[in-house]
Formats: sequence, structure tokens, C-alpha cells
Amino acid sequence: MAVIGTKAPGGLKARWTLIDIIVVVYALVPVLWILSLSFKTKDTLADRNFFPREWTWQNYIDIFNTSEFLRALLNSIGIAVIATVIAVVLGTMAAYAIARLDFPGKRLLVGVSLLIAMFPQVSLVTPLFEMERSLGLFDTWPGLILPYITFALPLAIYTLSAFFREIPWELEKAAKMDGATPAQAFRRVIAPLAAPGVFTTAILVFIFCWNDFLFAISLTSTTASRTVPAALSFFQGSSRFEDPTGTVSAAAVVITIPIILFVLFFQRRIVAGLTSGAVKG
Amino acid sequence: MAEIVLDKVTKRYPDGALAVSEVDIRIADGEFVILVGPSGCGKSTTLNMIAGLEDITEGELRIDGERVNERAPKDRDIAMVFQSYALYPHMSVRENMAFPLRLAKVDKETVRQKVEEAARILDLTQHLDRKPGNLSGGQRQRVAMGRAIVRDPKAFLMDEPLSNLDAKLRVQMRTSVAKLQKRLGTTTVYVTHDQTEAMTLGDRVVVMRGGLVQQIGSPQSLYEQPANLFVAGFIGSPSMNFLPATLADGHLHTPLGDFPLTDRVRRLAETANAPRELIMGLRPEHFEDAGLLDDAEKARGGTFTASVDVLESMGSDKYAYFTVEGETATSAELEELAAESGSTEMTDNGSQVVTRLSAASGARIGSDLTVWFDPDKIHLFDPQDGRTLTYSS
Amino acid sequence: MSEAVDTPRAAVKGASDGKKAERRLAFWLCAPAALVMLAVTGYPIIYSIWLSLQRYDLRFPSQHEFVGLDNYITVLTNSYWWTAFGVTAFITIVSVVIELVLGMALALIMHRTLVARGLIRTVALIPYGIVTVVAAFSWRYAWDANTGYLSQLFDPDGAPLTQRASALTIIIAAEVWKTVPFMALLLMAGLALVPEDLLKAASMDGATAWQRFTKVMLPVMKPAILVALLFRTLDAFRVFDNIFVLTSGAQETGSVSMQTYNNLIKGLNLGIGSTMSVLIFLAVALIAFIFVKVFGAAAPGNSDNGRR
Repeated sequence: MAVIGTKAPGGLKARWTLIDIIVVVYALVPVLWILSLSFKTKDTLADRNFFPREWTWQNYIDIFNTSEFLRALLNSIGIAVIATVIAVVLGTMAAYAIARLDFPGKRLLVGVSLLIAMFPQVSLVTPLFEMERSLGLFDTWPGLILPYITFALPLAIYTLSAFFREIPWELEKAAKMDGATPAQAFRRVIAPLAAPGVFTTAILVFIFCWNDFLFAISLTSTTASRTVPAALSFFQGSSRFEDPTGTVSAAAVVITIPIILFVLFFQRRIVAGLTSGAVKG
Repeated sequence: MAEIVLDKVTKRYPDGALAVSEVDIRIADGEFVILVGPSGCGKSTTLNMIAGLEDITEGELRIDGERVNERAPKDRDIAMVFQSYALYPHMSVRENMAFPLRLAKVDKETVRQKVEEAARILDLTQHLDRKPGNLSGGQRQRVAMGRAIVRDPKAFLMDEPLSNLDAKLRVQMRTSVAKLQKRLGTTTVYVTHDQTEAMTLGDRVVVMRGGLVQQIGSPQSLYEQPANLFVAGFIGSPSMNFLPATLADGHLHTPLGDFPLTDRVRRLAETANAPRELIMGLRPEHFEDAGLLDDAEKARGGTFTASVDVLESMGSDKYAYFTVEGETATSAELEELAAESGSTEMTDNGSQVVTRLSAASGARIGSDLTVWFDPDKIHLFDPQDGRTLTYSS
Repeated sequence: MSEAVDTPRAAVKGASDGKKAERRLAFWLCAPAALVMLAVTGYPIIYSIWLSLQRYDLRFPSQHEFVGLDNYITVLTNSYWWTAFGVTAFITIVSVVIELVLGMALALIMHRTLVARGLIRTVALIPYGIVTVVAAFSWRYAWDANTGYLSQLFDPDGAPLTQRASALTIIIAAEVWKTVPFMALLLMAGLALVPEDLLKAASMDGATAWQRFTKVMLPVMKPAILVALLFRTLDAFRVFDNIFVLTSGAQETGSVSMQTYNNLIKGLNLGIGSTMSVLIFLAVALIAFIFVKVFGAAAPGNSDNGRR
């Protein structure tokens, strides 16, 4: 071990275990806390105890009984999925061209998408607000899907073009020599190899869209298109005087579940996807 | 099985670059032909044009007498082995080898039989269900061969199929490729940059340079009768020694000394209209330690004395390297050869001479040695265009 | 060997104008993405500059007129703007520095741990993936005087989120928590580029562990570090979600993004809002410029030799 120095193997292992535990605690405590809050009863919510003293599903029952949350969840899922599909399709096309074809303006395209990746989204909020109002897109699904696609595209293009560069394209020739038509070469050889990259990109883009808050609160005004992150900040309890902590926590847990599932099942892919573009610098 | 004919085949890229120029090769049915040359000589482009992976700009490609310029690769019934092997990483060895048959809609039972037959020939039977990622380099290479042979194509095209293997395995696979080709009797075009591979494998060798065919012939004829400086320098290892020479009154003035031309050489040089300034070529094996020869033999040739720079003892014989004073031979071909072999060891004054001596030679590094050479074995070249002046057809 | 011009379309029969066909294909493949990006960012930015030169307040639509640089003067002489700017800069610098240190530590841990490497990498991704607003609520409830298990950590009667200094600290902590894993992943990619042999050679040359880290690893990783820093600095500069949830910008903890949002949604003043948009855009461009020109950060994915 070059950095940590050498010690007896047993001690080394114990030390790594300790370090690992610190990392796990670091990463999980805020998640566990919101989970814990979501299971607290209304009376024990303010007990400042990390773990619930009494457990209840009431908060979850409550949020799934409000149309406000259900509608927001539907908006979140619908908008994120549609934006992801479109961004990945457009991104795949552009990334293929960048990775495989020679054309003037390639550098420009890469440069522009880099610019957008670093763009302060808030700079777009005011003009988009005004434009969408006049176009009738304000507070609609397309009104959020469009900016999501735009800001997801650079991410998609980078990740995918990095993946596409890794594909051994000689296989396409090999398939042709083996008697495949161009369509067969694509379907039976290239597509299966490209699929993991496309899938990974889709996960990253989905996480991005699922996460957004700024556009979601700026470009919506009603439950018609308000996504869960935005809805959370407008959550009030069922009555005016009720503390919304429990319900907010339950809703927060619900929208965290897909993220946790992605991370658990696709850890390797997400790491590969996030780092693929960066290594080349 | 098929006869492949390249008739003035030319490849010009859209930006005007000429990759391959008017290549004429007639490859007989069942023949094993090697395309050899330094990188960028057009050998792979030529192979890709036969494969149909690149368009032919001009000229005609005929397989079994039929023009196939416009046919897609899949309709040419040719199999190809790639340098990287190009195995499909998401398919098992079995699926890789079955892929061309499945595309050709061969029924399942036949596919199974053919794949297993090929696996048996190539000793891959126990690896059939593994993925290429879990195979060694040699095994991957054999899978690539297997994928080519299962469908019993008209011809095999091989693009440097052995260059990703380590040296020992390469020699081993070289033999098996040659055996396999003889056994199957399938017309084969093989591309390599390695002249040893070219010499040992092919029935005929095509030497290419800068998109032009330099010479076509059997390995032995290329070695003994190189058509120009480039072929002379490219074929043979260690390569031929090149020295500047001046021809006057039937005598050759060289850094190795002055000596008369032998009758054979003089006749050839006269026929070829040799100029005064020449490049002389002499292969390492045409030298010998003068101390090992009797006077009669010695008198038949020339001698020179120089200090041994480097001595490599191979057991069966010894390679002694000398530096001889005087000008160095220069020509475009020689520069390209030097660049190709990566040798920058151009000595400041004088040229390097490599000699192969008998194991009995008493040569020692640093001490002077008198070396005999056979003047009847010299090659003479025109430094202007590199053509040979001692070519006996 | 020159490579085959081998696009699906040009491969088989596209004759001498294969190059043209390739360009045409590339154009059609890139056009939709380029069009969307241009329409949703390029046009609005220009529109934003146009709006910033007008008096345009949705509460007083009749006073819509061209006012030149008046809005810029208004914003740049406004103490709220400069407070927000200061807060943003402070959060950006402090959080990025902490993230770099912690990110490097986490990267080394993920790269070298002997125990449960997969688990560590999985767990470390959770902060990255989790919705920022969710994490922000977790922190808010943790420090909230009524509900929080942390609220009385330093002061038994404390309400940390209502004090400026402690609120800023919490905002930074929340930012750092969320983004350290991303930083660590980028740095880990850089770590993977440091050849193991180089470290062995350095230790043979007598370098201590610390020297190996500073003299060998860091220089080799420099490009990766710069890219990570660039990304994170620009990202940190747009801090919004955490502040919105944690303090709503109270006690002068609002960032420039908060100011812009408030101006738009609460103030409905499009002229001033656009002015702020343009100023933030300029600030970000300046940061990127400094990184690229002064530190020589390379834009990732910009290596044009990717074609094999």
C-alpha cells in the first residue's frame, strides 16, 4: 500500500474496516435520519431522538391519500422518463457522430455542449419563464422536459461518446466479413455492445432530471406539472396548524427509493459513466 | 476455393491521397500469397479491397473470373482474420464461430457439427462455452481462425493475424497456420509487415511500398534476385549490406577495397547499362573469416581488414559487425528501410557491415580481423531509382 | 494503415464521395441535439440580454421601456446583490476546498481499501444520487430547534439555522456532504491513471508515503484534479436547492441564484432578474476562463484523437 504505509496485515485490515465504517456512516446518516423521521408518530416527531420511539406508517398513508403528492409523483416520473428517453436518443445520435465520424464543427459541438454543462441554470430561469409564458408552455410537462433535455444532453453526449470510443469497431467489419448485412452487423454486434453505455447514460440522465429543483419551482405554478422536489417545498400538513415534517419526510423517502435502487444495482455502471468523460481530460 | 485476380486495382481517397496504385496480382486456386511491406505501403488497403471493406477506385477485382468490385463483403464468400481477432465479446466461443453460419441460415445441427469440427482441428473443444475475454492470446487467435474456417469460404484473408502474439507463440502459430492452409487447400491472402513471416509462410510473396508492388515471387527468388534496393534491404535478416561503389574499367571501387567484377556480374551490369556511381549490396553470409580459408579460395574473392565492433555468437555461427571508412550509400529506399527498422545507428563516418562468419572464427571484439567476401554474390543497384543492375531473368 | 471510411451508409457502395456522405450523416445525427441545446440556451441568453436592457416589471406592465444599462447600475449598486455575491463566493470557495480534501481522501479510500471495496463504492454513491432537496430537508430537520437531533449539539437553546454564521456552516456542510462522492469519483479516475510502477519506483528512490503522494501522485493527477475543481466550482457557484430549503435565504444567507429567483417569482421583475442572469453568466464564464487559461485545465472529452 503505497500511501498508507505497511503494517501487519491484521492491523491493516482492522484499520481499513474502521475507515470504511466512517465512510458508511458519513454517507448514510442523513438518509437514515429522514427515514427515521418518516416513521415517527406525530407526537414523537419533536423528540429530537435519532431513532423513532414509536413506529408508524401513518405518514406514508397520509401522503398517498393526498392528490397533491400523487400528482407530483406522476409528474416527476412522467417528466423524468420522457426527458431521459429524448435526451438519450438525441445524445446517442450526436455521440455516435462525435466518436465515429469526421466532420467539420465537431470541436464546436463538443465545446458548446461543454459550455452548457457548466452553464448557470439560473441564468435561464428568467428568460425561459417569460418565453414559456408567451408560448403557453409555462406550468406544463413540455415546459420542464425541454430544459431538462437541454441540460442532460451534454452529460449524455460526453458519457456516450466516451463509451462509443471504447467499442471495438473492427467488429463491424468482422461481422460484414462473416456475412452480415449492415443492419445485421448493427443489430447483432454493435447494438449489444453499445447497450450498456446507453443504459448507464439513461440512469445518469434520469438521476439528473429526477433531482432538479430550480426549474421545477420556477417554471411551474400549480400541481399540473410540479414535480416532487418542488412540491415538497410547498407541502403543508393536512391542516394549517399541523407540522408537515412527517409527511415531507415520507415523501422524501419515496422519491429516494429509485435512487437507492439504481445505486445498489448499477453501482459499477454509474461509476464508469461518471468517470468515463473525465479520464480523457 | 477460388482464383483471385487483381487487375490494375487502385485506391485513391477522396482527399486525393493514393493508397494503392495499379496492383496486378493473379492468385491461383489454393495458393498462399503474402502481402508484405512497411506500414503505410498499402498492403492492408489492398486486403480490405479484396474483402470489400473498402471500395476499389479503379481497376477490377475478379474472383473465379467474376467481377466483384460492387459486391458487399457478405456476398463475396470470403472469410477474414483480423489483427485484433475482432471476436464478439458478448458471445461465447461457440457463438462466435457459429455466427457466420447462423447468418447464412444454416440449420442448427449442421452448425453444431461444423463448429465442433473446427474446434477439434484448432484444439478449442474445451473452451467452446467460454467468453473471448477469458481466453489467452493464442486461444483467441485460434477462435478467430475457427470463425473463418467453419463456413468453408472461397478464400481466407488474414490481416497480421499473429502480430499480437508473443514471439514464441508467433513462431508456433506460424507453423499451424501454414499446416492448416495446406490441409484445407483454401486460397489465402496474408498481410504482414514481418519479412520472416512472409518468407516462411507463403508460396509467393508480394512486396509493396508506397502503394506500388515492388516485386512478386517465391520467397527464395525474392531473396536471391531482388528487383530493387528496397526488396533487397527488406527481405533477409540481418539485412543486406549496402555500400557506395564506383565502376571503372571493369573494376569496382568500394569501401571494402577495389576488385574486378566477375564475368557473371560484368555481363549483367553491361546489359543493364550500369552507370558509374553505384550501390553495391552483399548479404552477410557471403563473408567469411579469411583465416579459415585456404589460399585458393581466398584468391577467388576480395578481403578487407577492420576492427570488430560487435560480435554476436549464435552458436551455429557468429555475426561480426564492422565499420568501414568512406562514404555511406544513400538513396530514398535505404532511408525508408532505416526508418522502418528504427535503426538510427548511422555511424558518423563510414558504413556498418554485418557479416556472418563460421562458428570456428576467432573474431574478438575490438581486435582487427581480415574478412573475405565473395565478389560473385554482389548485387549492384542504380542509386537514382534503386533498380537492380544484376538481375538475371 | 489508413483507416477505412466506414460509416454504415458509406461503407458498401458510397463511391468517391464517401467523405461527403460521412459529413452529411454526421450533420443529421448532430442536428437535433444541437438544435435543442441552441433553442433552449442560446436564444434565451440573447433574449435575457435584451430583457436586461429594459424596464420590465410584470406588476407594472405599462412601464415597459428600453432603459439601457440602468438595470445593471441598479443591481451593481445594490447592497443585497453584493451580499448575495459575497455569500455565493464564500460558499463556493470554502465548500470546494473542503470537497477537494475530503474527495481526495475518499478517492484514496475507494481506490485502495482492502475491505469491502464494492460496498464502499456503492455507499459513497448515495449522496451523489439522492435528490438535493431531500438531503436538504434531512439537514434542516436535523438542525431544527424542534425536531433536530443535532440542534442542541453546541448550544442547548440553539436554533442554528437562524444564526447567520451557523446557518452558512450548515449550508456548506450540506453542499459538501452531497458532492464529495462526485469529486471523489472524478479524482479516483485520475488515481487510476497513476501507474503503480511509478509509486514503486518512487519508494525505491527513497520517497516517503507523503512524498509519494505530493511529488508523484498529485502531479500526475493534476489534469484530473483541475477538471474536478472546474466542474465543482461552477456547480457550487449555482448553489440554490440547499439554501432554499435550509434558510430560504434568511439572515443574509441567500446566494445570487436565490436573489434571481426571488426577483423573478416574488418580484416578477423580469428586467432586474435578467440583469442578474447575465451577471451570473459572466461570473461563471470568468471562472471557467481563469481555470482554463491560468491553471490550464483541459476540457474533458475534448481530446480529438478519440477516433480509432
